Amino acid sequence: MPLMKPNTDVGIVGYGCYIPMYRLPAKEVTRIWNDGQGGVPIKEKAVGGPDEDTMTIGLEAARNALVRAQIDPQQIGAVWVGSESHPYAVKPTSTIIAEAIGATPATQGADWQFACKAGTETIQAGIGFVAGGMARYVLGIGADTAQGRPGDALEFTAASGGAAFVIGAAEESLAVFEATYSHVTDTPDFWRRPTTHYPSHGQRFTGEPAYFHHVLSAAQTIMAELGYTAQDFAYVILHQPNRKFPERAAAELGFEKEQWVTGLLSPVVGNTYAGASVLGLTAVLDIAQPGDKILCVSFGSGAGSDAFIINTTDRLPDKQKSAPTTQDYINRRIEIDYATYVRYRNKLKMH
Amino acid sequence: MTTEIARHWRLNSQRYQLVGEVCPKCGVKMFPPRDVCMECADDTRQPDFQFSGRGEVYSFTTVHNAPEGYQESAPYTVALVKLEEGPLITAQLTDVVNSEVEIGMPVEMVTRKLRAQGEEGVIIYGYKFRPRLAVAG
Repeated sequence: MPLMKPNTDVGIVGYGCYIPMYRLPAKEVTRIWNDGQGGVPIKEKAVGGPDEDTMTIGLEAARNALVRAQIDPQQIGAVWVGSESHPYAVKPTSTIIAEAIGATPATQGADWQFACKAGTETIQAGIGFVAGGMARYVLGIGADTAQGRPGDALEFTAASGGAAFVIGAAEESLAVFEATYSHVTDTPDFWRRPTTHYPSHGQRFTGEPAYFHHVLSAAQTIMAELGYTAQDFAYVILHQPNRKFPERAAAELGFEKEQWVTGLLSPVVGNTYAGASVLGLTAVLDIAQPGDKILCVSFGSGAGSDAFIINTTDRLPDKQKSAPTTQDYINRRIEIDYATYVRYRNKLKMH
Repeated sequence: MTTEIARHWRLNSQRYQLVGEVCPKCGVKMFPPRDVCMECADDTRQPDFQFSGRGEVYSFTTVHNAPEGYQESAPYTVALVKLEEGPLITAQLTDVVNSEVEIGMPVEMVTRKLRAQGEEGVIIYGYKFRPRLAVAG
């Protein structure tokens, strides 16, 4: 059986998200680079302010997760941050967050990297860490301040945001992991070399052999292994680099719009990379009912997908409103123009 | 730069968690931590106290000619924030339109980049305050 299923049931004890308040409408990118002509892949994307980065985004998401979890941070045995935009090339983001939430010094800290699926990797590893008795709780975070090269197709969507999850024993959890599965291959659809600022990508190669192959394979395998069809799920969340890809993939898997619409935030938030699928998951957890079955599938270029089947519990309703919801952050919105975006995202070179 | 690193590192708990002290004799809460109580002059060791991070703008000014290291943020608003637990602290406001800041505005602490020591230096993080987040009931 290719699935990863712990011998001891593990779940989500607390979750939280963060989305910066600035929004860049996609038509602003078109205005600057395409003479205002042509279609746009999303309505707008979330842009971090000049004092925000992956650490600050991950930290606010983590604080919200801890408010919902109501645990002693000293019992967190690992703080793991998945991102492709860590503030330092060498110096962990995780130790800053661990210090700020009061989890240091007796904790494991590490930064993870796998393009847009680095966040779900921390959750997957956290399941094993908790189930194996290595830690009572693990804090797994996916966050990014994604950068698109000015004028590139990615600039419409590359956005900022993140989500955090306290992983713990099933009996304390608001949702329990039924199983998880990873599907990875060496597929170079998107990459960034160490000393370059902006990523490169393989144009249309990013679609069929990369996104669709991995997302569909991961989803179909985990569903088939457990004998489920699309009708068994209340919600599905797929990685969302734009609006079109996850909608098409969800339809190919047999899901209806009411199953995917709650977790599809890219039209109004953009592609938050390591934060994307996990932000969709927090939006679903904000409104799900006890007993709902959720399928969540990430995708990271390079390439791979992590799939999770998650069942909500009776503990969920009391936790939903105890910290700001995903929609609270979506509603907090100031529209900016391209010039402000250039300044806030450090695209102006002063030397 | 090495001295600078140590100076900032010593302030981590204050800057990341808003940890001050409470006087064991008169109960007054202080931020930043002090050796002697500013209210009753008691000099016994004071226990740590973590502030809630909630407060309101007591007074403010907008900085247009920023000092070195802060030019990228200008213009920005610096406020005296009256914390719910009592102390007044000075901090930069963030996620705010400068012209909309007013005395009495409810604010909450967030952790943000204060500044970076150039392109190759350490990034200094610490507390700022933003308008309190509107949360649907």
